[in-house]
Amino acid sequence: MGAIQNDMSLSGQPPVALNALQKIGTALGITGLTVLLLAAFNINLPENPIWFWIAFFAMITGVLVFTYGQYKGTEAGIKNDGVMFKAMTSRGFVAWVLGIALTVFYIILYWFPNLLGVVEGGKNTGVVSLFDPLSEKLTGGPSSQWFVYGVLYTLAILLFGIKFIWKYRHNRYEIIRTCSVMFFQLCFAFMIPNIMGALSMPSYDLKNIWPLNYDLFSGRLEEFTNFGSIGTIMLIFGLLSIFVITPILTYKYGKRWYCSWVCGCGGLAETAGDPYRHLSDKRMVAWKIERWVVHSVVVFVTVMTVAMVYSFIKNKESESIGPWNNFEKNIVFVSERDGTPLAERGKKAAEAGASRFIYVDREGNGDNISFENMGSIGIPFHIISYNENAQVIKQIEEGVQGTLLLAGAPRQEIVVEAETGGKVYDDVWLDKGLFIWLVVTLLTLVFGWAMIFRREQLAKDAKLAAISYFTILISLLLYNHLNNTGTLFLFPGYQLHKVYGFLIGAVFSGVIGVGFYPIFGSRVWCRFGCPMAAILGFQQRLFSRFRITTNGGQCISCGNCSTYCEMGIDVRAYAQKGENIVRSSCVGCGICSAVCPRGVLKLENGPLKNRINSNEILLGNDIDLMNYVNK
Amino acid sequence: MDHIVIIGNGIAGVTAARHIRKLSDKKITIISGESEHFWSRTALMYIYMGHLKYEHTKPYEDWFWKKNRIDLVQDWVKSIDFSEKKCILESGEAIEYSQLIIATGSTTKFHGWRGQESKAVVGMVSLQDLEQIEKYAQNNDVCKNAVLVGGGLIGVELAEMLHTRKIPVTFLVREKGFWAGTLPQQSADLISREIASHGINLLHEEELAEIFSDESGKVSSVKTKSGKILPCDFLGICSGVKPNIDWLKNTPLDCDEGILVDRFLKTNQENVYAIGDCAQQREAVRERKSVEAVWYTGRMMGETVAQTICNNPTEWNPGIWFNSAKFFNIEYQTYGRVWNKPKEENSHYHWECETGKRAMDIEFSTSNRKVVGINTFGIRMKHNVWDHWLNSEKTIDFTIENLEKACFDPEFNKTPLQKIKLHFSKS
Repeated sequence: MGAIQNDMSLSGQPPVALNALQKIGTALGITGLTVLLLAAFNINLPENPIWFWIAFFAMITGVLVFTYGQYKGTEAGIKNDGVMFKAMTSRGFVAWVLGIALTVFYIILYWFPNLLGVVEGGKNTGVVSLFDPLSEKLTGGPSSQWFVYGVLYTLAILLFGIKFIWKYRHNRYEIIRTCSVMFFQLCFAFMIPNIMGALSMPSYDLKNIWPLNYDLFSGRLEEFTNFGSIGTIMLIFGLLSIFVITPILTYKYGKRWYCSWVCGCGGLAETAGDPYRHLSDKRMVAWKIERWVVHSVVVFVTVMTVAMVYSFIKNKESESIGPWNNFEKNIVFVSERDGTPLAERGKKAAEAGASRFIYVDREGNGDNISFENMGSIGIPFHIISYNENAQVIKQIEEGVQGTLLLAGAPRQEIVVEAETGGKVYDDVWLDKGLFIWLVVTLLTLVFGWAMIFRREQLAKDAKLAAISYFTILISLLLYNHLNNTGTLFLFPGYQLHKVYGFLIGAVFSGVIGVGFYPIFGSRVWCRFGCPMAAILGFQQRLFSRFRITTNGGQCISCGNCSTYCEMGIDVRAYAQKGENIVRSSCVGCGICSAVCPRGVLKLENGPLKNRINSNEILLGNDIDLMNYVNK
Repeated sequence: MDHIVIIGNGIAGVTAARHIRKLSDKKITIISGESEHFWSRTALMYIYMGHLKYEHTKPYEDWFWKKNRIDLVQDWVKSIDFSEKKCILESGEAIEYSQLIIATGSTTKFHGWRGQESKAVVGMVSLQDLEQIEKYAQNNDVCKNAVLVGGGLIGVELAEMLHTRKIPVTFLVREKGFWAGTLPQQSADLISREIASHGINLLHEEELAEIFSDESGKVSSVKTKSGKILPCDFLGICSGVKPNIDWLKNTPLDCDEGILVDRFLKTNQENVYAIGDCAQQREAVRERKSVEAVWYTGRMMGETVAQTICNNPTEWNPGIWFNSAKFFNIEYQTYGRVWNKPKEENSHYHWECETGKRAMDIEFSTSNRKVVGINTFGIRMKHNVWDHWLNSEKTIDFTIENLEKACFDPEFNKTPLQKIKLHFSKS
């Protein structure tokens, strides 16, 4: 319909024009950002802290004044007037400018942090140094690009969260959900990790669950295992999160409990990204692409994690010994022969303050084993057998006195005094063989369950993809493990990790995910890229009480629900048939229900029976809905 | 092979086409001059308000038609040759049919006002109307004053539309309250207050008398029946629609207000059916109007006629009446029948929230207390539950007692069910 041309000139016509307050708000916000920009260009702003607070408060008041200007005096209700006319929300010039600016910001953030003023081992400059005072207060250390990002990200969720609440104030679901998202971002994603960091613990966002947190079981395993019981608790919590907590909550409430109530990516999309939600692609072809891409990311992250854990539990834990360990005269026990020469590890242990370095033979009795250059490490070195000393090692670890029996002839003993203490490495109980079988069992169970009990709900292409991915993965796993090739999936784990981190962790979730908000909508990452969302979605589709119920025959096919669905679900296609909406990608934001002018949609948790009602109940002739109701 | 030709690509015609395709392999052609593809006329207001673009109002993607072998022809049908079974298009092309479904919908009803042919006197039914509205009410420079005639569902939509562009609106309503010919007075008053609270100048008990235009032929002012002269750059005619059948006058097709059809939706011409807004029942079904210009009726007639055409003759026999609308921020749903004044043997129960944003009307039999119908304002109700309750003739006491089961409001919403129960128990 080309005939209708809306005046997009500068004459400023409602509902496109900004009012005075909105203009003031914009000016304030831009001023704040300009200060940051100036700092980024390394223009030396005198009295750093003052400039930081100026920028900080300018941005805060800017957003709040803008919001006030936009919604003051309006009645509670849907506020989508002019969305399709405004350049900012309909891919106009300013939208492109913003999109490109965000993209450039992400590229600099990920790959050129020095441009922001990060100085390794020196005093920060630029915009990063502007945040030093706040960082000192919170974490006790200087700022970094990630601290700057964290502050801005949290600020965005909080401020635009307020705007969102104001906008949807007629809908309590939206208000409560947004408060939840703001809370989890501020406390779990920002404050707690920073405080943990300040206490030199491994900083960990507890709500960041594998596979969204793809580093948890791969890149950071050593960091956790080296951190003693707290680290172990964190790891166990991480495992519980994905294998126990997540399935239970998703069963009860659908994936929305995470994606639109807790998650930080979702939080930004729902608040700062809200004005762009209608830009998501609703075409069938987009849905097809989505299914392939997002599930391939799941496969990728699984492969990468398995490979990383596998290489880690090849018992090379002791390779990580370094100056960060503080042994304080402890005895260090190691058991891994492969990898870096033992002498090197011994030297590092010595530098970290170990009093003795002991090789524990876990298979034999310690005879006929020798290592080169062990004399050069600077502390005594011995070889012992595990079988003969298991109890004693435990005693020493606990700081009790004990006598170690050395291997070789003649047999010698070392008396270790109380309070000496010991650190045991390479004792991971999980043997690589066992691990592989665990993985194979788990994958087979999930695959088998879906194929046997849910096969009628899987589309043909879904089955095809599942079968091929499953076959390839399991054959690779078993072949490489049984033949002891060392690399499970053709490439070494760390390489897979690196590629995943670059492609998925940075390019997809950051650059495309947020940078392209004003062009492709706010949930591109969540929809096409997030493996966590895909796993939750798999469960939501096949085993959850959640659904969006449609209301009999009331749908008028107007298209508001589909248009404002940020996940690109064609909600109307279901609603106009009277069919419930049970889709893996639905994040349960509730906006379809909010914008529906006829009260047709409702997010609900209910019994599994009849959750997917594909029978058309709209029939006008003698609609005998009684049977339906009485079921 | 049978060739089913459908004139009109609205909800009635398209539903018929979809269901015929589901049930058979017949050749199907849909002809429409208004638009190439099916779009939801109900969403017209959202295009003007900028909530949606035209393409968002299309319920099916453009590939849908080819995939389902439904041929689309964009042209106006000039005439129908019933004896030769042909549709003659404006382009001159003739399309032969084995069976013809006329689903041409509604058009704005003009009441013969003097000056009604002036420019910027516009209804709101079609895409072409929307273009006129965009042209004459583009913004509050072009349109300093708008006047709307007729207090019904289209009128309130048009008022809300113009309001989003900050165009001052004067709204002439014949009754004492908004839509009071349909709503009970208290609810009509509630809607009147809602409309007025948005700055709409609502004039009750006022009707249009005459339209004046300037030298360019464009409306400049209007006179009401009480003699008021209102400046007017845009006049919205919302006082009702009529079947779009003027083009069928003086043909053998038997028409009254609409195209007359029997219970099988057949016209007096062999193999010609009429469905949706343009059809008129020879005998009204129960309490229903003989012409129903309602989205849902169009859809259900489409489903019905598809059965008949596919060798399963099916009578038009609609179930329990239902409808919905939105008056600015107040959603309205109705199930069963609530008349503006209770039928003789019936009574009304009315509840209203102190905020003036929520209300409920129930019409029930005074003697046996069985519910006849319900209106809700600002409260969403479950269609299937009410359908069941009305079919099984539940009493008002039962329905109020079990109101939770019928509530469809979003999670966490503070629905005033307890308030209603308390109020009901005291009444």
